[in-house]
Amino acid sequence: MDANSPPASSPGGVIAAERKRAVVYLARRDRLRVAEALPWLLAIAAYFVFPNQMVLGSQTLIMILFALSLDLILGYAGIVTLGHAAYFGVGAYTAALLLVDLHWTEPISGLVCAAIVAAIAGFLSGWLLLRYRGLALLVLTLSTTIMLQQLGNLFRDFTGGYDGIPGINIAPLFGRFDYDLYGHTYYLYCLGVLLVMFYVVRRIVYSPFGQALVGIRENVGRMHALGSPVHWRLVVAYTISAAIAGVAGALFAHTNTLVTLGVFDFDQSAAVLMMLILGGTGWLYGAFIGAVLYMVLQNELAKLSPAFWQFGIGLILIAVVLLARHGVYGKLARMGRSLPWSVQR
Amino acid sequence: MTAPALEIRNLQKNFGALQVANDINLALPRGARHALIGPNGAGKTTLVNLITGRIKASSGEVLLDGDVITPLPQAGRIRRGIARTFQVNQLFRGLTVLENVYLAISERTGACNRLWRSAGKETQVIDEALDHLQSLELVGDACKPVRELPYGRQRLVEIAIALAQRPKLLLLDEPAAGVPSSESHLILDVIEKLDPNITVLIIEHDMDVVFRFASRITVLVAGEVLTEGTPEEIAADERVRSVYLGEGRQDAR
Repeated sequence: MDANSPPASSPGGVIAAERKRAVVYLARRDRLRVAEALPWLLAIAAYFVFPNQMVLGSQTLIMILFALSLDLILGYAGIVTLGHAAYFGVGAYTAALLLVDLHWTEPISGLVCAAIVAAIAGFLSGWLLLRYRGLALLVLTLSTTIMLQQLGNLFRDFTGGYDGIPGINIAPLFGRFDYDLYGHTYYLYCLGVLLVMFYVVRRIVYSPFGQALVGIRENVGRMHALGSPVHWRLVVAYTISAAIAGVAGALFAHTNTLVTLGVFDFDQSAAVLMMLILGGTGWLYGAFIGAVLYMVLQNELAKLSPAFWQFGIGLILIAVVLLARHGVYGKLARMGRSLPWSVQR
Repeated sequence: MTAPALEIRNLQKNFGALQVANDINLALPRGARHALIGPNGAGKTTLVNLITGRIKASSGEVLLDGDVITPLPQAGRIRRGIARTFQVNQLFRGLTVLENVYLAISERTGACNRLWRSAGKETQVIDEALDHLQSLELVGDACKPVRELPYGRQRLVEIAIALAQRPKLLLLDEPAAGVPSSESHLILDVIEKLDPNITVLIIEHDMDVVFRFASRITVLVAGEVLTEGTPEEIAADERVRSVYLGEGRQDAR
């Protein structure tokens, strides 16, 4: 018998104390740790330290959000997909078409619309595809995204095809803050949206629903034996994830003034997966570390060798997968198990 | 006359030419303690899978309290009050013992549909989970990841999850399998103390356990019911001896 378990004759006091400990453990699992302020402080510091890098900064924040949306389904529910760019793309095109065709320039409502349209796309494809797992799901998500891209190409009058939709200029944020050439406002805009979305994902992950997603990841057979509506839970998670990816796509459209069908490229789906694996899946903060590493590396390696930067990314990804199986964040968390920011795993 | 808690009528399952369940009939009254024995590959676990709907039957019916449940998918059957344990642990290994049982309860009560509330604030779920753990003397391990427990205690978690589903019908698939004999009494104690209102079907290789626990025994051989009877009748049956008991004695640890 285990040494820590109470003997049958143990006084009620011991059991009461152990019950209390268990209640506190579960209640405090999702308390905000001090160190969780760190990424946000760093993001604000970057605003002041690298004022000339705000375009890269905004793109990085958008990729963090994109990777975070993937973490909800991959890291928590265990859904492996190679087509997440579909929802990023749907969000980007929704935002772009809303602006250019309907002249709806208010950005926040544009984000909401993008989220809704991406959620609908996520719900429909999730409903159909999430009956499958593993290799079949990989191929299905991949081909769905390719089909969406080709659909965009087919209706080129509407989407601009591979030439894209130029001239996306959003109205000042909250009607007050206009955008400068260096992207300072864009950066803060992206940071604010990321913060809100992060809060949403964090709430979901630590809810009973989030617990059920982890249950599906850990042992889907047992979840079925518990009577869990597994398919329905996965569809809900997938829909939310798609909506958030759609918001990331809309931010991309808002900050780039041009959207092309390239947003649906396989490269996009693969890149966001690489970022998340680089940072670590199922930690929330893996998306932050992975996206920052990827974007900075891409930027620096491209300066060294504009043609071969992907070689360096590949090399580093191999090193991470071999040496840090749970990603850079997982490695850090393991090294400092006592770190207050180590999240459930 | 009330309907049996569990009734199986002419249940048939084949994978291609392979017949794994052939015309099985079985009836368990409420509160029954029924054992299912048979040599390896007789189709015992398959029968459990057919009852829960993990596998779809080729033909025949399964009735729970007189209602045909065969058309229902697994989740629907489970929600009608069936719980099972697995021959090989099927746990959420990375999660704590408390979280394992928490999942069973929140899926049963529907708490798992909540997306915006902290899991730690579901006090009803947590209290009930701790009650279950307490009755199995697992509270001390509540905050430990399941994979860090010794195998015998993991088997207890397996049962704790099933009990947390508050089943009317409990299907135990070799609950003491793989547990060292020094720890198996832990599991047998739990099984003996089960609520008498729960109908229990147990698959077990250890004849001592079967004879101690069960009031009726069904012998399954090659997907067919060889015979059914009281422990005394089964022990005296020559056919059972020849096909099973000799082999079973060697199997028993």
